[in-house]
Amino acid sequence: MRIVIIDDKGLRASVLEEGLREAGYDDIHVVPPVGAFVARIERMAPDVVLMDLGSPSRDTLEEMLMVSRALAKPIAMFVDQSDDSMIAAAIDAGISAYVVDGLRKERVKPILDLAVRRFTAFARMQAELVEARTALADRKLIDKAKAILMSTRSLSEPDAYALLRTTAMNQGKRMAEVAEALITASELLGGRP
Amino acid sequence: MTLIRAAFLPLTDSAVLVAAREKGFAEEAGISLDLVHTESWATLRDRLLYGQVHAAHMLAPLAVAVTLGLSQQPAALAAPFKLNVNGNAAVMSPEFAAALEPDVAARLDDPLGTAHDFAAAIGLYRRKPIIGVVHRFSSHALMLRYWLASAGIHPDRDVVLRVLPPSLMVEAMRLGEIDGFIAGDPWPAAAIEEGLAEAVAIGARIWQRGVEKVLAFRAPWLEENAEVADRLLVALSRAAAWCDEAANRAELAELLSRPSYVDQPAALIERSLNGLFVPQAGALPVKVEDFLIFHREAAAFPWRSQALWIYSQLVRWGQAQPSPEAQAAAGAVFRSDIYRRALAGSGVTMPGASLKLEGAVSAPTGVGAHRGALTLGPDRFFDERVFDPDTIDDYLAGFDP
Repeated sequence: MRIVIIDDKGLRASVLEEGLREAGYDDIHVVPPVGAFVARIERMAPDVVLMDLGSPSRDTLEEMLMVSRALAKPIAMFVDQSDDSMIAAAIDAGISAYVVDGLRKERVKPILDLAVRRFTAFARMQAELVEARTALADRKLIDKAKAILMSTRSLSEPDAYALLRTTAMNQGKRMAEVAEALITASELLGGRP
Repeated sequence: MTLIRAAFLPLTDSAVLVAAREKGFAEEAGISLDLVHTESWATLRDRLLYGQVHAAHMLAPLAVAVTLGLSQQPAALAAPFKLNVNGNAAVMSPEFAAALEPDVAARLDDPLGTAHDFAAAIGLYRRKPIIGVVHRFSSHALMLRYWLASAGIHPDRDVVLRVLPPSLMVEAMRLGEIDGFIAGDPWPAAAIEEGLAEAVAIGARIWQRGVEKVLAFRAPWLEENAEVADRLLVALSRAAAWCDEAANRAELAELLSRPSYVDQPAALIERSLNGLFVPQAGALPVKVEDFLIFHREAAAFPWRSQALWIYSQLVRWGQAQPSPEAQAAAGAVFRSDIYRRALAGSGVTMPGASLKLEGAVSAPTGVGAHRGALTLGPDRFFDERVFDPDTIDDYLAGFDP
């Protein structure tokens, strides 16, 4: 079974490809959606096409699938009438799946299940990465603001921290936002950055 | 507060949804409106069909096509509100346009003459021109086909129509992958601004009141959530009125220019909201009457005759098989009944009828209305044909094969 993954995020495509290979699929091609990518896919005559739901090129792909005379069998979006929740899960995970006409549901389902799991795991990993980066950046801001308060108002470190925290709570803001405002103000007023 | 999620594409005509959210019209109606930025019409369609969103900023022909089962999974969609009228423009590379009337303003004033020049230009060009359209089932594609065919150009034979999302058109022009495109604002203006293209036709000059985006729902959801839908329509109607006010355009352009919405310069967006269209890099803007309409003349009212005009064009180009059932299903996508029910107590003027002749009004005309006076603006097609929803077969027979 030939599977084509259309994705411009190399890492995510690799994560998915690796999963599919582990599951025993070996005819897998990753195609980024650039230039004449639909012509390439048309020549590959895939059985299953997996595509990121967020890709702007989905309309281009669907048009090719609709009008292609080169494909031996029509390929349409995979919808299993008996299991609406499965396609909903795929949409939620951010995947669309196109499947060649006549391919049995039992053969498609494991691929789609796997893709959903891998896409979801990848999204979670990305979110955690962003969160970790934000946390680090926040911490740097807070440390800097604390130092400003400690030197300009002669506060101890715990007091400087407590002041930032109370101000943030009173203003309904995140501590990092208050810290950032303080740093900007201090720079404007000629304090050392 | 009721949460309503609506998917949209980054286009100027998402304005009514954006204003409903950002200017508090939705909140006043007890609705927390969540707008879901979407990059393709296919994904917008799927988000609506599989319940990720309740509503979608959809190409009117796509709503008809999904209902008729022409675009992947069939599903009955319902459009009780039009988000805008007009707003499209067709542009071509300067190289192709060199064979057209050099006075660009004159070119736009005479769609019929320009279509014939276009036909001649195809013969002179180094290849079959490749024209980007945003979707097979878009108003843009239907208008382009209608316009080209008036000069004997067969849109499936004499040119190549290539489907690309609006936001990728400018880049495709830059790379020489397409020779021109038709899309909604601000993308044609953006390509012209960069000197990659010049205008060859404006939607409002092809059909003076061209149906464009609708707010589409799954029909069963709309039936089951009538009360919420009514509140949403009231909010959108107020937002549309706000969008149409000249005094609010600068603010609207600023809202739309934000990265979470259209992410293009506010000045570019504001210009077209004001009906000013720069047809060529460095040229003076031309004033295009009715370039984009949100509210006045009951613009949001979903005339069933407009859904039927879309059906007629799908049949004309062999994209839909004609049948009495298909015709009825297509007409029923536009839910003028729900518009009336939702806005009954809101003071909005609305027509007495749900069907009309399309293309029959050449000067502002008063029509029968449920409340107050309603004036309809000119709605001519440039070739002066009139679409009568009662005689679709005759209408179609009038076109050359």
